Amino acid sequence: MSYQPYVPPEQLMKDRSEYARKGISRGKSVLALEYADGILFIAENPSATLHKISEIYDHLAFAGVGKYSEFDSLRIAGIQLADVRGYSYGREDVTAKTLANAYSQALSAIFTQQMKPYEVEILVAEVGETSATNELFHILFDGSVGDETGFVAMGGRTEELSGFLTDRYTPDLSLAEALRLGVEAVSTIEERPVEAEHLEAAVLDRNRGRRKFRRLPDEEIPETTPAPA
Amino acid sequence: MIQLPGGGEGFPLGANPSFSDVLRRAGQVPALPTGPAGGDGLPLTAHATTILALRFGEGIVMAGDRRATEGYAIADERIEKVFPADEHSAIAIAGVAGQAVEIVRLFQVELEHYEKVEGDRLSLEGKANRLAMMIRQNFGYAVQGLVVVPLFGGYDLRRGNGRLFRYDVTGGRWEEFDYHATGSGGQHAKATLKKRWRPSLDRSEAVRAAVEALYDASQEDVATGGIDPIRGIYPKVVTVTDGGFAEVAVEEIRAAFDAIVAERADQGARD
Repeated sequence: MSYQPYVPPEQLMKDRSEYARKGISRGKSVLALEYADGILFIAENPSATLHKISEIYDHLAFAGVGKYSEFDSLRIAGIQLADVRGYSYGREDVTAKTLANAYSQALSAIFTQQMKPYEVEILVAEVGETSATNELFHILFDGSVGDETGFVAMGGRTEELSGFLTDRYTPDLSLAEALRLGVEAVSTIEERPVEAEHLEAAVLDRNRGRRKFRRLPDEEIPETTPAPA
Repeated sequence: MIQLPGGGEGFPLGANPSFSDVLRRAGQVPALPTGPAGGDGLPLTAHATTILALRFGEGIVMAGDRRATEGYAIADERIEKVFPADEHSAIAIAGVAGQAVEIVRLFQVELEHYEKVEGDRLSLEGKANRLAMMIRQNFGYAVQGLVVVPLFGGYDLRRGNGRLFRYDVTGGRWEEFDYHATGSGGQHAKATLKKRWRPSLDRSEAVRAAVEALYDASQEDVATGGIDPIRGIYPKVVTVTDGGFAEVAVEEIRAAFDAIVAERADQGARD
């Protein structure tokens, strides 16, 4: 039998957390904002095909930051869970809560049992009939879940983004206003203008048919320069 | 519980984008019923009957009557046999209704699941092949008497035209270039389509040909439902074009039916 030195559990968890945080902070951020007709997602993403924001089910969307391979496998697992649920029960029985719980269980198991924690943060969003029934679940690499309202920022520059938005965000923005605010937040934090081709944006729009998710083409994304300090 | 994809059977790399495989892994697929082959002693089940599809200039028209039968009884006068498969394709079914509706439901989720996992839609060819595989998987049931025969068609966005596919119980798949009809009244519907179909049909002519074919089939075949303006029973007719799947409004079907009846009356009704 190989010899394993004793490491106190506190130290072990702390090391793993630090490792995961470091990985996440290297990546770009993702923003989600509730607006009048639904939820808007914005991410800085140089690739037009490797998405950070995706459709999970009729009224559910997913966003991930950190290591692409890891959050993408979580995304696919989420689609499988949602589709199996919806097929074996009913389409309205697939909820963000179920999905967030499942993600939380999976990430927590990986964090405590595997050699290396996942270096990801994910967001599960559900658009409701009204803004009051929207759901935003922010799930961290260790499986801890936060139930948020208004807006969520995750990834490398979370604190600065949240700070920027806390001062400027108001509920019931129009889509155009929310987009402008989101793009402004990203470019202000990055201290440079961010071109539409380098932004990924999508909405869960409650006025759409069964499938509420829609990607926004580059033409719909405004050019914005950093806000004056 | 979330199960992470990858490394599954036959997929050493990446995730399997097939929903039916996910379902099988989740243990949600019922075992094949055991019993004598040929469907002897099979309890009465609802049968969906006549369906047809034809190509026209901008895409395809697909239609079905609204009757389901259980032996000599009418099980349902308003059943639907034509469904959207996704935004740019449609599927119609004939055969054992319960089994058929389930196959349609599974096929719809299959296409959507692929689209979400891959972030891209299957080609029309890919969808047609996937359906062939699902019908082949049903062959065990077909031998037991639970036969399902679909028609599949859609607008091929890559080629820029409408395409039709017909199937048999073994999962055989053939592309049709003009029109096809199947189910109990299929032969009669096909005879009408043969007379009415031209390569230059426009949308309203194609809709009218579909309605006329179903009307003729209903007069020759007891299992095919007719048109009943009093009870408001009209066939379901859909189109798939560049702009996607669309249902034809009841008013338009009624107008086509009225025109057919008027034309026949002109040709001389019996006293």
